[in-house]
Amino acid sequence: MDALKEELLSQVASAADLAALDEIRVTALGKKGRITGLMKELGALSPEEKKARGQALNALKDEIAAALDARKADLAAAHLAKKLEAERIDVTLPVRPETEGRIHPISQTIDEIVAIFAEMGFTVADGPDIEDDFHNFTALNFPVGHPARDMHDTFYLPDAADGRKMLLRTHTSPVQVRTMLKKKPPIRVIIPGRTFRSDYDMTHTPMFHQVEGLVIDETTNMGHLKGCLIDFCRAFFDVDDLPLRFRPSFFPFTEPSAEVDIGCLRKGGELKLGNFGDWLEILGCGMVHPNVLEACGVDSTKYQGFAFGMGIERIAMLKYGIPDLRTFFEADLRWLKHYGFVPLDVPSLAHGLTR
Amino acid sequence: MKFTLSWLKEHLETDASLDEISRRLTMLGLEVEGIEDRAKALAPFRIAQVVSAEKHPDADKLRVCMVDTGDGAAPLQVVCGAPNARAGIKVCFAPVGTTVPASGMVLKKGVIRGVESNGMMCSERELELSDEHNGIIELPEDAPVGASFADYMGLGDPVIDIALTPDRADCAGVRGVARDLAAAGLGKLKPLAADPVPGTFPSPITVTTETPGCPYYVGRTFRGVKNGPSPKWLQDKLRAIGLRPISALVDITNLVTFDVARPLHAFDADKVTGNIVVRMGRAGETLKALNGKEYALDDTMVVIADDAGAEALGGIIGGEPSGCTEETTTVFLEAALFDPLRVAATGRRLGIDSDARYRLERGVDPEAVVAGIEMASRLILELCGGEASELVFAGAVPEWRRTITLRPTRQKALGGIDLAVDDQARILADLGCVLTPNADGTFAVVPPSWRADIYGEADLVEEILRVHGYDFIPATPMDRAGTVTKPAVDARQRRTVTARRALAARGLSEAVTWSFLSTEVAGLFGAAHDGLVLVNPISSDLTVMRPSVLPNLIQAAGRNADRGFADVGLFEVGPAYRTPEPDGQDQIAGGVRAGNAVPRHWAEKERAVDAYDAKADALAVLDAAGAPAGNLQITTDAPGWYHPGRSGTLRLGPTVLGWFGEVHPSILDALKVKGPVVAFEVFLDKVPAPKKKGGTAKPLLTLSAFQPVERDFAFVVDRAVEADRIVRAVKGADKALIAGVGVFDIYEGAGVGEGRKSVGINVTLQPATATLTEQDIEAIGQKIVAAVVKATGGSLRA
Repeated sequence: MDALKEELLSQVASAADLAALDEIRVTALGKKGRITGLMKELGALSPEEKKARGQALNALKDEIAAALDARKADLAAAHLAKKLEAERIDVTLPVRPETEGRIHPISQTIDEIVAIFAEMGFTVADGPDIEDDFHNFTALNFPVGHPARDMHDTFYLPDAADGRKMLLRTHTSPVQVRTMLKKKPPIRVIIPGRTFRSDYDMTHTPMFHQVEGLVIDETTNMGHLKGCLIDFCRAFFDVDDLPLRFRPSFFPFTEPSAEVDIGCLRKGGELKLGNFGDWLEILGCGMVHPNVLEACGVDSTKYQGFAFGMGIERIAMLKYGIPDLRTFFEADLRWLKHYGFVPLDVPSLAHGLTR
Repeated sequence: MKFTLSWLKEHLETDASLDEISRRLTMLGLEVEGIEDRAKALAPFRIAQVVSAEKHPDADKLRVCMVDTGDGAAPLQVVCGAPNARAGIKVCFAPVGTTVPASGMVLKKGVIRGVESNGMMCSERELELSDEHNGIIELPEDAPVGASFADYMGLGDPVIDIALTPDRADCAGVRGVARDLAAAGLGKLKPLAADPVPGTFPSPITVTTETPGCPYYVGRTFRGVKNGPSPKWLQDKLRAIGLRPISALVDITNLVTFDVARPLHAFDADKVTGNIVVRMGRAGETLKALNGKEYALDDTMVVIADDAGAEALGGIIGGEPSGCTEETTTVFLEAALFDPLRVAATGRRLGIDSDARYRLERGVDPEAVVAGIEMASRLILELCGGEASELVFAGAVPEWRRTITLRPTRQKALGGIDLAVDDQARILADLGCVLTPNADGTFAVVPPSWRADIYGEADLVEEILRVHGYDFIPATPMDRAGTVTKPAVDARQRRTVTARRALAARGLSEAVTWSFLSTEVAGLFGAAHDGLVLVNPISSDLTVMRPSVLPNLIQAAGRNADRGFADVGLFEVGPAYRTPEPDGQDQIAGGVRAGNAVPRHWAEKERAVDAYDAKADALAVLDAAGAPAGNLQITTDAPGWYHPGRSGTLRLGPTVLGWFGEVHPSILDALKVKGPVVAFEVFLDKVPAPKKKGGTAKPLLTLSAFQPVERDFAFVVDRAVEADRIVRAVKGADKALIAGVGVFDIYEGAGVGEGRKSVGINVTLQPATATLTEQDIEAIGQKIVAAVVKATGGSLRA
């Protein structure tokens, strides 16, 4: 029986393929197989012999069956391995082309601004780019012919049929006017949008974007203006200890008025934001002038509040290190790919504003 | 507005450092734009004397000078090329090692054509004092050799340059600046000399004003004056702030202008014909102004005229014919009030920026007219001699006094800072306000004559806050209605945000382009409304508001292709303009694709962009914007800038939601862009707002337990039959059972007949209540065929 075992195991081991292996199985374990034959002979033996030999034969049978299974698995694996080897591809080849789009830095910056002011209870207001001089100037306490109107380099359109002087809004403040005319206080809005001034050089483009804010209620004061803008600037620029400096200034539509500087460091042509002792102007603000409130139908003896405005391209340039304002409007794909944002980078305070 | 530190100290008694003054000025709202400390740069330059000057042995134009630098050592040898280098003159000398301000070069000991030279004698240009470079500086004979040149010239004084906001007329004079600093506690305002000059004779020239454009005019004649260069102290003072000394009379008027913000004008009285009349200009009148230019006048401008005509533009500039010269001996001096708006308008129209206009358009102190003329009178008598006439007047000082009620509580309520009432009152008084306490704790405040900008309580709050210091306002966080915030955007605004991200996710990059473009280009995209053409465009490329977002994007695609990036996908979500009215502006999501949609690639077939790419973009935007995609219809009537046979209009009932297709080749030709370019425009505002169904729950999802079945059909139809008609007919055959319809094949050619095509349709049947039997499927198949045949006149392909 040992000889048989040796013989069969050696046959199993040397079987070249699944067919040969199956032949061995039939020869050994089939109905007319050699082990099956030996089993059949058991009946002639005494019970003691029968028991001992039967056990030995069963063990042999199990052993051969196990060897067959093992060999079968080996052969299958070898076969698969060979097949897979034949299927080898060049994984260094480039993937199928997919173009990746970008969100313009202006849109991304607006989304960031909105995310921060949303936290402070502001909603977004908007209005038309083409305005009349009432909404752009007169209601905002710019007297007719006043030099302050000069500072705005206004683009004019032909007068309307009813005589209104039409123009491209020089700031998004007309939306403040429209908001106050439409809605009773309390008001808490921000107004991002396109603005236009007739100026074109290194640091000015005839179209640019502003975001303005307006808060009107019965108690908001200059301290809230300070708190609001400090919170905004620190969140937006992602500098926790960013210092802000409020300087007295003049705007026809606010009183008191201020310009706001943020702390910076200018060194070797580079600009770094933080508490370094140098200052950079970034926005204008103030308490809404009583004349503006009255022009917009708001009782200035009861209500008060603040307004602010800043250039979106300017703060985007500061935050993201974009050197040239004019490039914002050139739609150069190389620029958009470099300075733009992937569409899934949706700014939120929960998931982070800055990538 | 520039002034020197020592000029400031003529009005302000202070020990404060320059840094402290500078910081305080900025925090008062008088923003310091720069401080020029020339003492530092000019420190090495000394006064020296040329002892001898001989011709250079080897150069005709050079002189070899021996220069006494006053240090007690032997004179230095200096080679000089200036034509005025000669023995005896006093010069400004720079020793070896000095950095020359204009060039930044460090002087070295040199040998010029074989002769040793030790240092340099300087011209004004080399020291950046002026553009003068015809010769070296010649100093007066009494200039002390060896002394600091900067000290001697009065250049050692730091020059402070502040940016004035348009409201601060008073600080267009040094005195106003000093007053602000004194109020802020940085020193004491010195009293101003006020003694009037008594007139010794009646003025032979009288004045009248015929226009409200000049409410008040004061004049005075001087006779027997001797004009000429003004004394050195005056010249130095003016030069330090960038003014060019002209003559004593003119320099005096400039001094008063900058000292107390009181512009004056001096006429040569001998050139004035008859008397002075202030009136409006007349059409056809001209004025040759002191700047050498000739201006055409009209009846919107205030002129100072005599019997001969206009002699000056009121508050802006004087005329050359009546101007003072070195020969002037009789002077008529003017100080007047002019309507600031008229001064501004005239100055703007004629493009004249003068120191007088700068002040008068901001509004000068109405009470300082006489004080200004007296101040100038004292200086004229002192510097030019002669005698002064009595003053002549026209008009009157307009009433400027107004009373404002100040509630001291407003400082906290509006300004956010608690400040003692006494401190508030003290600050206002220091600024020149007159305060009277009322019984109810408020104050009646009369602002000073020089502060026309203060007219309300809020102005007073600002004044107090500004002088006390904005730094002291405590930052207060915004209070919130609840701890959780509401969305900041509404459904309409949110569409813009999602449209952007949807398009970027499809591989298009977002552009932001001008709202205006050229009239020619706009014309390719429909006729512009007359009201959308700019009256004052900044360039000929930007003349009219854009009727569409596409032209800029198509041109941008062309520019990118010119740079070697031909496969372009760009979009913009922004405005297009139909009319100048608020409802004439549409929010558009538009985009272009150019070049290849699929580039050359080992695994893909290269494919140029086509109308279906643009259609997919448009549908994606509509989907993102919440349009009911299933109810959209497509018609083939897109506007003329699209290819007429390869474009479509997306509609929802009668409403046009957008267009897509290939851009018309003639448009591309006109824009010089290589095609094909495909484009889409979606009108975001036209997408209907999603219906409110009460609550946030979605409709209940019911899933069928039965296997769906797919069946294919091929129909032969006229070539002109749109696939959409077949698909709709199929869907209509059994709305309950048919869950999906696809088009998997379009075939034209052999076997289907001329002018016809075969359309392969796959239909998904989804039973809800029982598994479909062969008979069920057969029956629905017949219904589908019948519906398509009826709708299209086609037949099932054999």
